[in-house]
Amino acid sequence: MASPTLTSTPHPAAEPTPPGASRAKDRGMDRGFRYLSIASGVLILLVLAAVAAFLVVRALPALKAGDAISQDVGWIGAGQSLWTVIGPLVFGTVLAAIAALAMAVPVAIGIALFISHYAPRRLANGLGYLVDLLAAIPSVVYGLWGVMVLAPVLQPVWDFLVRWLGWIPLFAGDSNGNASNPPRVLLTAALVLAVMILPIITAVSREVFLQTPRLHEEAALALGATRWELVRMAVLPFARSGIVSAAMLGLGRALGETMAVLMVLSPGMLYSFKLLVASQQQTIAANIAAKFADANAMGVSALIATGLALFVITLVVNMAARAIVARRKDFSGAN
Amino acid sequence: MATLEQVPDSTEALRRALTQVDPARKRKDVVMRVLVYLAFALAILPLVSLIWSVLVRGLGRFDGYFLLHSMRNVFGGMDAGGAYHAILGTVLITGWATLISVPIGLLVAIYLVEYGTGALARAVTFFVDVMTGIPSIVAGLFAFSLFYLLVGPDSRSGIVGAVALAVLMVPVVIRSSEEMLRLVPNELREASLALGVPKWLTIVRVVLRTAVAGLTTGVMIAIARVIGETAPLIITVGASNSINNNVFSGNMMTLPVFVYNQYGSGLVACTPGDASCIPTINYDRAWTAALTLILLVMLLNLVARGVSRLFSPKTRS
Repeated sequence: MASPTLTSTPHPAAEPTPPGASRAKDRGMDRGFRYLSIASGVLILLVLAAVAAFLVVRALPALKAGDAISQDVGWIGAGQSLWTVIGPLVFGTVLAAIAALAMAVPVAIGIALFISHYAPRRLANGLGYLVDLLAAIPSVVYGLWGVMVLAPVLQPVWDFLVRWLGWIPLFAGDSNGNASNPPRVLLTAALVLAVMILPIITAVSREVFLQTPRLHEEAALALGATRWELVRMAVLPFARSGIVSAAMLGLGRALGETMAVLMVLSPGMLYSFKLLVASQQQTIAANIAAKFADANAMGVSALIATGLALFVITLVVNMAARAIVARRKDFSGAN
Repeated sequence: MATLEQVPDSTEALRRALTQVDPARKRKDVVMRVLVYLAFALAILPLVSLIWSVLVRGLGRFDGYFLLHSMRNVFGGMDAGGAYHAILGTVLITGWATLISVPIGLLVAIYLVEYGTGALARAVTFFVDVMTGIPSIVAGLFAFSLFYLLVGPDSRSGIVGAVALAVLMVPVVIRSSEEMLRLVPNELREASLALGVPKWLTIVRVVLRTAVAGLTTGVMIAIARVIGETAPLIITVGASNSINNNVFSGNMMTLPVFVYNQYGSGLVACTPGDASCIPTINYDRAWTAALTLILLVMLLNLVARGVSRLFSPKTRS
C-alpha cells in the first residue's frame, strides 16, 4: 500500500527562514517544552505539600484553642478539648476500616484466585470486568443502597449474631440485649465499605497471582499437586507481599470513605467495640461531611484539624503499601 | 513395602497410586474450589442487588420531565421536580475539573516517560501513587482552605468543587497517560528524531498522536471516577434547588449531592386524603437521580471503551 505521507509537502516554516534561525527556535521550544513538563512534575509534589500546608494553617486556630474551643463549637462538649474528640473519631475510623477489611480480604483473594486460576480462560476477562463494575458505582449510590436495601435484610442476621454470639464483646447487644433496630450500626456500614473496597483488593491481588512464575506452577502440577495445592504452594507464597499491599490499599480507601458511613451509620462519640449497637462510633470523614455545612469559623477549623489527622493516617498507610509494592518489584523474580 | 515381592500386585498398587488422589487431599481441593466459587458469587450478589434496586425504584420517575426540570418551587409531597439543575451542575463542575487536570496530568506523564530520570522522577512516581490514596473529603477540605485564603470565607462555588475534583483526577490521568505513552514503540521516536524533528515536536506530533486513543480512554475513565464524588462537593459547592450555570459564584447542585439531599429529606408527612401528595417522593427522586448517575458513569465507560477500540493505531505486527 502506497503511503500518502511520502508525497506530503515539506514543513512550511522551513522555506522562508534560514536553517540556523529555525534550529535556534527549535532549541528554544525544546527547552521550553522540557521545562514545562518538569515544572508540572514539580507541581504535583507542590500540590501534595500544599494539601498538607493548607490543612495545617486552617487547623491551627482549633489546635491552639485548647479547652476554650467548647464554647465556640457546638459538637464539642463543655470542658473537652479538640484532642478528646479526635480520639474517638480516629478510633471509630480505624475500627470501621478494619472491620471492612476483615470481611473484604478473604473474599477478594477468593475472587482473584477464581479469575486467575479457577475460571475458564475465556470467561476470566469478562468476569474480571464484572468485579471492576463494582468500582464504577458512585459511593452515594452505595450509601443509598446500604441504608434502604441492605440494612433491612441484615436486621435478622444481626439479631441472630447478638443472640448466639453476644458473649463476644464485638457482638454485644444494647442494654436490653438486642441488636439496634433499624440496624444503622457500624457493622452494616463496614459491610458496605467492604463491598466498595473489594474491587481494588481484587484487582491488585489478581495482577500478582497472574505473575506467578509459570515454571513454579508447572513444577507443582508435575509433582502431582491438586489445584488447591498448586495455589497454596506456588501462588500464595509468591504473592504474599502483594496481598499485604493490596489489603493496605483497601484499608486506605476504607479509612477515607465518607458517604457510605454518613448515610448508614447512626453516629456516637464513644470508644466502643460494640459493632451491632447504634450511636456508638463515628468516622472522621463522615463527621466532617455531617457537620461542615453549619459550622462556624472555629467549627470549620476543628473539622479541618480532624481532616488533617485522617490525611496523615491515610498517607502513612498508602506510603507503606506502595513501599511494599515497590520493594516487591525489584525482587519478585517475575521480570 | 511388603507388596514388593508380589509383582502383579505391585504394578496394580503403583497404578492406583499414580492415578488416584489421596481422598483427604481431594476433599480439601473440592472444598477450596467451592469456597473460591462462593467468593465470586458473594461479590456478584451486591452488584446484582444494587443494580436491580436502582432500576426497580428509579425507573418510575426516569423521564423527560425529571431530566429537564429543577427543584425550584417544589415542596412537600408535590408530584413534581427533577434533576436538571443537578445534571447541569455535575456537567459544569466535572468539565472544569477535566479542563484543569488533563493538561497537568498529560504534562506530568510526558515528563515521566520522555524526560524523567533520577531522584525527581522517582519522587514524582511515588507521590502520584500516594496521591491516588488521598481521601476525597480531604481533597475537598484542601480546595476549601485554598479558596478561603484566596477569596475569603464566602467562597462556596462550583470552581472550588472543580479544584477538589481535579486533585482527585490528576493522579488517575497521570497513571493512565503514562501507561499509554509507554506503549508507543521507541522506533517511532527514533525514526522521527533521525529525520531531524526536534524532540518536543516528536512528542507532540508522533508520540501523542499515536497514543491519542488510549489517552482519551484514560481521561474518560478518570472523569467517570470523579463524577460520582459526593463528599468534597458537599463541602465546597453546597446545594441549591435552582439552576445556577455560573461556576464562579454561588451554590450549585450536583447529581451525587442531589441523591444525598433527597434521601436526607426523608418521608413527607402527608395530610390523610390528599391524593396529590406522595409520601415517598423524596426517596423516589433519590433513586431516579442515582439511576441517572449510574447511567452517566456507564455511558462514559462504554464510550471510553469504544474510543480505544475504534481509534487505536492499527499496528502491523
